[in-house]
Amino acid sequence: MDFIQANILNITIFFPLLAALIILMMPEDEKNLIRRLTLAFSLVPLVLVLVMWFTYDRAAADLQFMYFAEWFPSIGANYHVGIDGISLPMFLLSALLTPLAILASFNIEDKVRMYMTLFLVMQTSMFGLFASLDLMIFFIFWEFGLVPMYFLIKLWGGADRDYASFKFFVYTMGGSLGLLLSIQIMGLSMGTFNIIELMDVWVNLPATGTLEATGLSIPLIKTLAFWAFFIAFAIKIPIWPFHTWLPDAHTQAPTAGSMMLAGVLLKLGAYGFIRLVIPLFPEMASTTASVLAVLGVLSIVMGGLAAFGQWDFKRLVAYSSINHMGFVVLGLAVMAHVYGLEVSPESWNQDAIMATNGAIFQMFNHGLSAAGMFFLVGVIYDRTHTRDLKRYGGIWGVLPVFGTILIFTSMASLGLPGLNGFVSEFMIVRGSWGIYPIHLALSMIGLLMTGAYILKGIGETLHGPVKEEWLGLKDMTLREHLVIWPLMGLMLSLGIWPQWVLVFINDTVTRLFG
Amino acid sequence: MVEFPFLSIIALSPIVTAAIILMLPKERGENARMLGLAAMILGLVLSAYVYYAYYQNLPTPGTRWADTLLFVEEYAWVPSIGINYILGVDGLSATLVLLTAIVGLGGVLISWSVSDRPREFYAFFMLLVAGVQGVFVAVDGFLLFFFYELAVLPMYVMIVIWGWKERREYASMKLTLYLLIGSFVSFIAFLVLYFQLPSYLPDVIPGGLPALEGHSTFDLRYWAEANFPIAIQQIWFMPLFLGFAVLAGIWPLHNWSPDGHVAAPTAVSMIHAGVLMKLGAYASMRVGIQILPEGTVYWMPFIILLTLVNVLYGSLIAMRQRDMKYLIGYSSVSHMGLVSMGFAAMNVEGLTGAGIQMVSHGIMTALFFAVVGMIYDRAHTRNMDELGGMAKALPWTVVAFIIGGLVSMGMPGLSGFVAEFPIFLGVWRGGAMNLGGTFLGLNPASFYPTVALLAVLAIVITAAYVLRAINDVFLGDYEASKWHDMKPLLAIDKFTLIFFCVILVLIGIFPAVIEPIVRAGILPVVERLDTAQLAFAADGETGNVLKELETAVLYLRNWLGGT
Repeated sequence: MDFIQANILNITIFFPLLAALIILMMPEDEKNLIRRLTLAFSLVPLVLVLVMWFTYDRAAADLQFMYFAEWFPSIGANYHVGIDGISLPMFLLSALLTPLAILASFNIEDKVRMYMTLFLVMQTSMFGLFASLDLMIFFIFWEFGLVPMYFLIKLWGGADRDYASFKFFVYTMGGSLGLLLSIQIMGLSMGTFNIIELMDVWVNLPATGTLEATGLSIPLIKTLAFWAFFIAFAIKIPIWPFHTWLPDAHTQAPTAGSMMLAGVLLKLGAYGFIRLVIPLFPEMASTTASVLAVLGVLSIVMGGLAAFGQWDFKRLVAYSSINHMGFVVLGLAVMAHVYGLEVSPESWNQDAIMATNGAIFQMFNHGLSAAGMFFLVGVIYDRTHTRDLKRYGGIWGVLPVFGTILIFTSMASLGLPGLNGFVSEFMIVRGSWGIYPIHLALSMIGLLMTGAYILKGIGETLHGPVKEEWLGLKDMTLREHLVIWPLMGLMLSLGIWPQWVLVFINDTVTRLFG
Repeated sequence: MVEFPFLSIIALSPIVTAAIILMLPKERGENARMLGLAAMILGLVLSAYVYYAYYQNLPTPGTRWADTLLFVEEYAWVPSIGINYILGVDGLSATLVLLTAIVGLGGVLISWSVSDRPREFYAFFMLLVAGVQGVFVAVDGFLLFFFYELAVLPMYVMIVIWGWKERREYASMKLTLYLLIGSFVSFIAFLVLYFQLPSYLPDVIPGGLPALEGHSTFDLRYWAEANFPIAIQQIWFMPLFLGFAVLAGIWPLHNWSPDGHVAAPTAVSMIHAGVLMKLGAYASMRVGIQILPEGTVYWMPFIILLTLVNVLYGSLIAMRQRDMKYLIGYSSVSHMGLVSMGFAAMNVEGLTGAGIQMVSHGIMTALFFAVVGMIYDRAHTRNMDELGGMAKALPWTVVAFIIGGLVSMGMPGLSGFVAEFPIFLGVWRGGAMNLGGTFLGLNPASFYPTVALLAVLAIVITAAYVLRAINDVFLGDYEASKWHDMKPLLAIDKFTLIFFCVILVLIGIFPAVIEPIVRAGILPVVERLDTAQLAFAADGETGNVLKELETAVLYLRNWLGGT
């Protein structure tokens, strides 16, 4: 018991990997056993994360459950993990969505063993990334997380999966090259990859001069490294105009793959901004915050417009992710703007804390609602074998329960007051009002489009005359209910009483700005 | 007390085995493989012990090279001209000896079903392994050349007899000529230096070696202390280094390598790409860099450009290939470029990375060639357009190929990353060197960071061709009718694949299993290079090559009538 308590973070991170090895050794034919065992395994990290959730010392609000071990001493890289109030909600999100996604993929019949293994490996990479306090370890988990997703799309995806998976992989890998080079430069010049130390030594480098270890000029390297980080994470979020891989990847991915991709993997990019870009490059982030804000607004507006233009239901939801993540980006812009200022008015600080809280909370909320939406699209696709909105119509009459659930989840995604999306979007809007009023006003066009595309999605699917070909469809099974109800429960609970997640975020963010 | 001669047994037991195999009666040719296997297992056990023992007794930094050698065996051979039978290992060679033993064992296992003249096949294979091991353990320059040639000869025979029928004469001839000419060039340079050596040795040779009496010596421990004048180093470094670097596949002398890979039978390809190319890299470091550090510092900024071409051009050409073996052949050229690039960085990070990359690439390519061999034996084609859906028929191969592919694209968590990361770090750090005295007052180190920036592009290109190969060969629809004689893998094949994969993952997750020993091996070389750099340091501000180039372009534009 003591061992578990002392190493709870390590166990959480690596248990899925161990489970993956066990699953890999199972006989291929025992499909049901594999599925159930994977589900059972994926519940273990959830329990562990809940334990951490309740034992986390909120008053201190610093990095906790830390673990340090030497890994590659000659280049100064160490295995160093720990979590704070920003990573904890992300941990909960990953731990929650993985079992649901596994449950959602019980209908996979082809190569079940491999599929489940990849899912568990992916979970380890997500956990590891959210906990890393060492740039090398961060990069390892960042890069390694690509592999399972690539194969999930590649092997279990739709008709155009080759193109989509290749684009996903090469796009993200291209982005991470800059990240790799910058990490090398930073580690080499500072002699450490430790993020906490770098937040001191790297940030406080003199403004001019050359780096001793490499003979390069400091301003040049800082600028290059900043943009390399920026682009790598911008691709992952994705921020307009780096988003083009996302609709393809989502459309072709299997349902559960989409759930994880939208639910957690997109958050890795935003998390990178919060954990690395803004704290490590405060001045530069501050001066370029307006660029980030403009791109955020463009993501909101373009994402909304593009989603409205889609006739493929899954593509519509995919573009809606860009739209929603745009709000996160706007919140990040406010954070970046204020965090890097030497002196800032007190009201700005309050605004920034509000916006940052909102952005992190929006990451959590979007994780829930996007996973729910992708799941529901999967449910209807399984029955109708089409995602073409023009072919649907009057489904509500045929599948009343599904219809109700779809409307509920869509409303959460839309940002209906009383559900979770509203709270976080409101916080971002409230926080950016004082700093980016014009950007905010423009982004309202995007919010309008959100309403339009959500209603379009619902309308085309559920309403209208019942098409004869859909008359015999069966309503949702128990398994499908089991996937969607926890999500709906969380959406509702966070809409009514967001405090139980927000306090964790708020304490750490306040500390960050304090 | 006579110590147990570990290294002699490692290097010579395959030769003895080869002799025994050749003496077998013809109808008992099948026994050859058992004998071969036994020799390889013996070699692996002994090398593993040597590696472990060395790892336990790592020399402290700052030890002279002669004192870092362990398991030294010394016998007079032709003492009148200074040729002696001296074996010994330092950190790097202990690692490479283990690598050779691993790949050699894999090679024997993979060629279990060779039925065409098995006796000769195994005998030559044993000779090949003996030659390679001999180079790694030789401490005497003559012995090193001797084993080097011994490794090239069986390659020729094996390719020409058991190789791919369409290209084997061409490929084997090309390979042999390239390598022999390369080694002769090196040997001539070595001989020139041999006659000058006594004049340039320090009066009291550190490390407790006796002073030379009258004649020169081939003992590399003396050479490692020699201080040749800079003028001699500048002239003779290039022949000495490049002659060996041919075997490491340095551009533009890499041309023999893909052809040789393709034409060779599977086991030979494995040894060839897995170990033989490292032989070139190792020898060019041991004989080239270590003996002539000032020459190294003078020429490396030029050589790093060659390696950059290696890395980028190799991966781009690999992208164009439709024959799986050519694909891997060119990817080897690209990856061996990284090894030479690590050397060219001339610092601890770069050389350590190069050492780890040798091992990582050795195992990875051996794995690749093993997989391709398994597919080729069953499908009788290596053309990626014709293959498809192999994951259905040979599920183990796809997992192995994917792991190898991820290593090759430097995926974190696998050995490729552990190797490539320090190399790039080393090249970055190389930018801080002060080499203003090398050429026209310009500091060539100033373009090192640019080299790192460009070389990293190869990672994406590698990802692209590896993913495409996985896609074309292993995924897609499987046409059962087309591949009617598709046999499942043998247990022995699966064992080999797992064996290699485990090593790749192990190094990736725990770099500590290899990193300290490789570092101990390269430290004496780095110390010599550090001292040598001082000879070229310029006072004060030095020119920046890129800036000068920019100015030159501006002048040119003005002269041509621009503004």
